[in-house]
Amino acid sequence: MSNPKELRYSKEHEWLSPAADGVSTIGITEHAANALGDVVFVELPEVGATVTAGETCGELESTKSVSELYSPVTGEVVEANEDVVNDPSLVNSAPFEGGWLFKVRVSEEQQDLMSADEYTEFSGS
Amino acid sequence: MSQSVSPRRTALDALHRSLGATMTDFAGWDMPLRYGSERDEHNAVRTAAGLFDLSHMGEITVTGVQAADLLDHALVGNMGSIKPGRARYTMICREDGGILDDLIVYRLEADTYMVVANASNAQTVLDALAERAAGFDAEVRDDREAYALLAVQGPHSPAILKSVTDADLDGLKYYAGLPGTVAGAPALIARTGYTGEDGFELFLAPEHAEQVWLALTEAGQEYGLVPAGLSCRDTLRLEAGMPLYGHELSTALTPFDAGLGRVVKFEKTGDFVGRGPLAEAAERAEKNPPRKLVGLIAEGRRVPRAGMAVVADGEVIGEVTSGAPSPTLGKPIAMAYVDAAHAEPGSKGVGVDIRGTHEPYEVVALPFYQRQK
Repeated sequence: MSNPKELRYSKEHEWLSPAADGVSTIGITEHAANALGDVVFVELPEVGATVTAGETCGELESTKSVSELYSPVTGEVVEANEDVVNDPSLVNSAPFEGGWLFKVRVSEEQQDLMSADEYTEFSGS
Repeated sequence: MSQSVSPRRTALDALHRSLGATMTDFAGWDMPLRYGSERDEHNAVRTAAGLFDLSHMGEITVTGVQAADLLDHALVGNMGSIKPGRARYTMICREDGGILDDLIVYRLEADTYMVVANASNAQTVLDALAERAAGFDAEVRDDREAYALLAVQGPHSPAILKSVTDADLDGLKYYAGLPGTVAGAPALIARTGYTGEDGFELFLAPEHAEQVWLALTEAGQEYGLVPAGLSCRDTLRLEAGMPLYGHELSTALTPFDAGLGRVVKFEKTGDFVGRGPLAEAAERAEKNPPRKLVGLIAEGRRVPRAGMAVVADGEVIGEVTSGAPSPTLGKPIAMAYVDAAHAEPGSKGVGVDIRGTHEPYEVVALPFYQRQK
């Protein structure tokens, strides 16, 4: 698997797209999706809510476990991916594309985001 | 859990890794959790076939002219009444009636039985049998190293197995076993499983495990057979309403508490370990059951997990013992012990406390899934 070069990555295995008009897209990495197994339930932050970098803002439930979703940025949620709520398997099948989770108007980023190469080394895949 | 010893590996360990399996520590063994999507593996077993490595299960051989007498004394079932070539689901209990393990016992010959215990309990069962053997002309042998165990499960499993064995599978009934040759290797072929589907379990020497696995994989190709891990085994058995030790069964419960009192045979001759307390438990279960094991089906999408509280009218009325998203039902399901007053199918107002939110659940009779025969 390869981690897209244009994205940046958190230690909690979220990815963050470059901001367009101040809005970034957030999802979880393929490495994280594989570790979770089949995702069956996704709870996302609500549109209009404020998320805080490094804090939990939702959850991902798989066959075997439930994991918290962390936001890599602080800002206002402007969109949540309803497709993924309706079909959580998108997180497994297309974690970097159709399986994106939410979009945030970024006011502040987490300090220690990694490049694709750094994340590849960090996650071992 | 915090043992410093490295986990044991089955004879198929390298093969699992070459297939890209996600491995997990299970009862001290490094076992395949899943190879790809556990939901796909689950569905393959329901509609086609799946191939499992279950070599972590604990085989114990009991031989001798009093082998049947020993097992009748040590276990709650009537082992002397099993015909050679047949198998039975049974339990071993403590003196106080608490369940030590649930077992499948194969009577291989008149004076030879094979007891198959859960990996996590194999040593306990072995120790208990050895202790209870005192005074009987019978030998209890630890055969855990002697066997690898493969299972081929699912509606296409008879066709797949037939293509690699000459054994008479049509004549092999459910819960029967016969010695045969599979892909050139001697094996005990048993028509048993833990998935709710037709299927077979193959006990064979570890050095033959790989050749048999590869032969089944090849024979299964045209039937849609896939390698299947412990994750889907758990959802398969849960849908089939089958208990799992450590979840639905424990030393704190008798077979009657678990709704499995039918395995206790009071009518058998001679005394057996736990008889007195079990007779009391039988009466209690009939007149004044504390809690009953029920099925729960979610109305929402959040998944109940073992240990979560079952609630009604703001009161805790039970506890989830197993829970998972059910691929067959397309909804989260659970098994739970609930107070008798709320245990009837259709009981109103029952929910599960999932991280502080009371999610509504429907109470149903087990199992969730039964195959068409």
